[in-house]
Amino acid sequence: MSVIAPDFKFSKFIQSLISDVVWFVLIFSLIGFPIIMMVLFFIPMPVIDGELLTPFLAFTYLADPTRTLPIVQSFMMTDMFKIMAFPGFGFAALLAAGTIFVERKMLAKLQLRVGPFYCGKVEGILQLMGDGLKLISKEIIIPAKADKPIFWAAPVLFVASAAAFVALIPVAPGWVVADVDMGLLAVFAVIGFFPIVTILSAWSANSKFPFIGGIRALFQMVSFEIPLILSLLGVVMVTGTLNLSEIAASQSSFPWILFLPVGAIVFFITMLAELERIPFDLPEAESEIVAGWLTELSGMMYGLVQLGTYLKLYAFAALFVVLFLGGWNGPQIVPQFPMEIVTEGLELGPVTAKIGGLEPILTELITPEMINGVLMFVLKTVGVIFFILLPRGVFPRIRVDMLLNLGWHKLIGLAFVNIFIALALVYAGVLGPGGLQ
Amino acid sequence: MTNEFLPPGLALQKADERIMTLNVGPQHPGSGHMRIIVQIDGDYIVACDPDPGYVHRGEEKMAEYRNYITNIPHLERPVIHDSCNVLYPYVLGVEDLLGIEVPERAKYVRVICSELNRCIYTMYWLAIYGIFLGHSTMFMWPAGDRELLIDLMEKISGARVTHAHFVPGGVRNDLPPNFEEVCLRQVNYFEKRIREYAAVFYDNPILISRTQDTGVLSREDAIRLGVTGSVLRASGVDYDLRKKEPYDVYEELDVHSNVMKEGDSYARSKIPWLDMLESCNIIKQALEKMPKSGSVRVKLKPNPKGKGLNSVYKRVESGRGSLGCHIVSDGKVEPYRLKLSVGSFRNLIALPYLLKGEKLGNMPSVYWSLNYWPVEADR
Repeated sequence: MSVIAPDFKFSKFIQSLISDVVWFVLIFSLIGFPIIMMVLFFIPMPVIDGELLTPFLAFTYLADPTRTLPIVQSFMMTDMFKIMAFPGFGFAALLAAGTIFVERKMLAKLQLRVGPFYCGKVEGILQLMGDGLKLISKEIIIPAKADKPIFWAAPVLFVASAAAFVALIPVAPGWVVADVDMGLLAVFAVIGFFPIVTILSAWSANSKFPFIGGIRALFQMVSFEIPLILSLLGVVMVTGTLNLSEIAASQSSFPWILFLPVGAIVFFITMLAELERIPFDLPEAESEIVAGWLTELSGMMYGLVQLGTYLKLYAFAALFVVLFLGGWNGPQIVPQFPMEIVTEGLELGPVTAKIGGLEPILTELITPEMINGVLMFVLKTVGVIFFILLPRGVFPRIRVDMLLNLGWHKLIGLAFVNIFIALALVYAGVLGPGGLQ
Repeated sequence: MTNEFLPPGLALQKADERIMTLNVGPQHPGSGHMRIIVQIDGDYIVACDPDPGYVHRGEEKMAEYRNYITNIPHLERPVIHDSCNVLYPYVLGVEDLLGIEVPERAKYVRVICSELNRCIYTMYWLAIYGIFLGHSTMFMWPAGDRELLIDLMEKISGARVTHAHFVPGGVRNDLPPNFEEVCLRQVNYFEKRIREYAAVFYDNPILISRTQDTGVLSREDAIRLGVTGSVLRASGVDYDLRKKEPYDVYEELDVHSNVMKEGDSYARSKIPWLDMLESCNIIKQALEKMPKSGSVRVKLKPNPKGKGLNSVYKRVESGRGSLGCHIVSDGKVEPYRLKLSVGSFRNLIALPYLLKGEKLGNMPSVYWSLNYWPVEADR
C-alpha cells in the first residue's frame, strides 16, 4: 500500500535546486554585498599586524586560510560556540530533529503505513521544517482568563530548563558546556524544575483539562524523581564522584551497565515516565483530557514545548549513555590524520589550493580521539533513543493508580536493590578505590 | 424553572468545592458526536450524564415522505460502515408487507454482505478503541486491514461505504464473475491478520491490567438495563438473534455465538473480535452452500404499496446488537410511520451505571467498549 509521488522527476528536482541557488546568489549579491560594504565603510576598523583592516583586507582574510583559521579556532574555543553550537543547543537540536524524523518513519513502518513522504522530495525529510513553519505562522490564542505573564513565560522556561539539562552533558573529553564538579546534583536540580514549569503552565491557563493534565504531570514527575535519584546513587558509589565527565572517563574498560543492570532498568523506566512517553503519557492522554497540560497552548508556544520535550529526550538518553554505557569510550575506529595534512595543509579541488595552518586546530581541538568520542557517543545515544521510541508502537497507556503503584512500590524497591549491589561491589573490593579501577 | 425542565448540564446543583464538572464533548477527541457530562471528585467519577442528540437527522420522519424504494439510500446513513445491516430489517419488513418471496441465492448473498459489513464496522470500532487506549498501532492496523473487505464490498455493490445493495425482493445486482475465489482468498487472509491482533493488543499485559475488572456489568443488570449485542453477550447472556430468531438462511448455517462471563470492559472489547472470526466462518460456509446460479431479485411493480392498514416489526443482529425496524403501512406508496430501534441507544443506557465510581482514566475504555455509535443512536 505504498504511495508514489505522482510527478516526481529527478531532472525537475535538480532544476529546482539550481533555481534556488541562482536566486540565493542573486539576492545575496544585490542586497547582501552592499549592506556588508556599507557596514564596513562606516565602522572604524582596527589595526591588525600593522595594517588597517580595510574591507579589501577583510575579504583577503576570507580567501587566505592561514589568516582565517586562527580566528575560527579562537571562536571555537569560546563559551558562546560551546553553548550555541557544538556540545550545547545546536548539536542537541540537530539530534532532536533527527529523532523526530526517525520516530515518524519508524512508527509508520511499524504500523504498515508510509509516514511523511512528500515534503523535501526524499522520504519527507523536510516535514519537520514544514511543521515548524506552520507553527510559527499560526496565531497564538490565549484564554481570556489566563494568567498571561506566567502563561507566556512557561514554554520559554520549559525550553530553557531543557537547554540547561543539555549543557551538563559531556559529549567528548573536554567538550562540555558546564563542567560542574557536582554535575549529577545539578542534573537532579534541573529535572526538579520541570514539574514546576508544567504546573505553572497548566494552572495559569485557567482551564479544566490543562489543570487535570498538570496535576497528573506533577504526580508522575514527583513520584518518579525518587526512584530516578536512587537508581543513580549506585553509579556515584562505585565511581566516588558526581562529575559527569569523570563518571564517563571511569568507564574506559567496561560500562557500568554490566555491574548495575538493575539500576539501568529502573533509570530507563523512570526516564520514560519523566519524558511523558507512551505508556506513561498520562499528562497528555488524548482521549481523556484532550491534550493534557498542552491543551491551551497554540502556535509557536506549543512548538517551543515540543522542542523542549525532544531536547529533554536527547538529554535523558545522553545521561543514560554517560552513566551506564560508557559515554564517549569505545574502540578507536577513526584513523589518525595523515601527517602531511597536519603539517603542510590540505590540497583541494582540481585547481590546487593549499589550505595551510591546520596544525593548531587538528592537534588541539579536532583530534581523531575527539571525533571518535563524539561518534561513539552519538551512536550510543541514538540506540538509547530508539528504545525510548519503541514502546509507542507497542503499548497502550496506563492509568494513574497503576503508575503510582509502579513508582512507589516496585521501582523504589528495585532502586534499593541496586544500591545494595553497588555497596557489595565496593566493599568486596571488586570496584571502587583499590579494585578494578 | 425547576431542575427537571432544564437541559442536562444547565441544571442548578448544590455547589461543592471538591466536585468538578467536565464537559467531555461534543468537541473532544474522546467523545464522538455527543457529550458526556462527567462530575469528578479528584480522579473518581461521581456522576455521569450522557447527552446524545448532536447528529439527529430525522431519518424516521424523512422515511414518511419517500416511497419504499427511495427510502433505501437514506436509511443506511445512520451507520454508513454497517449499511447492509441497517437496511436488513427494513428490507425484510417491506418484503413482509408486500408479500414477496425472495430467491434462495439472494438470501445467501445478503448473508455474505451482512457478515462482511459487520466485520467492516467492527474493524472501525476496534481502531477507535485502540486509539482511545493510546495504542496507535491498533488504530492503524484495523484501519488498513479493513480495506480488504471494503474492496470486496466494492466489487459486489460498486460503492465503498454506502452500498444501498439490499432492495425489497433480493439484492440489487448479482455477484461479479469469479467472486467466490476472490472472496475466499481475502477472507482467509483477513482471518489470519485479525488473529495477529491478539499478540499485540488482546494479550498485552498493560491492556489487560487496564481494562479487566473495570466497568463491570453483571448478568442481572445487563438484562434489567436492556443492553443488546456484544455488551449483553459479554455479561454472560447467550442471546444472538442470528441463532435465536434466525432470518433468511441463518438457520441453515452453523452459527456459534460468543459469550463471556466477566462483563468487564475487556470482555466487551473481546467479544466483537471473536464475532469477526465467527463472521469469517459464516462467510466461508455461505460461499460453500450458496446456489451457483439463479435469480437474485424479484421484479417489483413500480411504486409498490402496502396492503391496507398493516404493520410489521423485523429485527436483525447488527454490529452493535439487535436492530429493529417497525413499519406501519396505510396502503399508500409511502410508509405511514417508520421506527428504527437501534442497539447503540440501548447500550448507551448502561453508561451512567458503569462509570459511577470509576476512575477518569477508565472513561474512554468503558465508554467505547459499549459498542456505541453516536450517529446511529441519534438517527
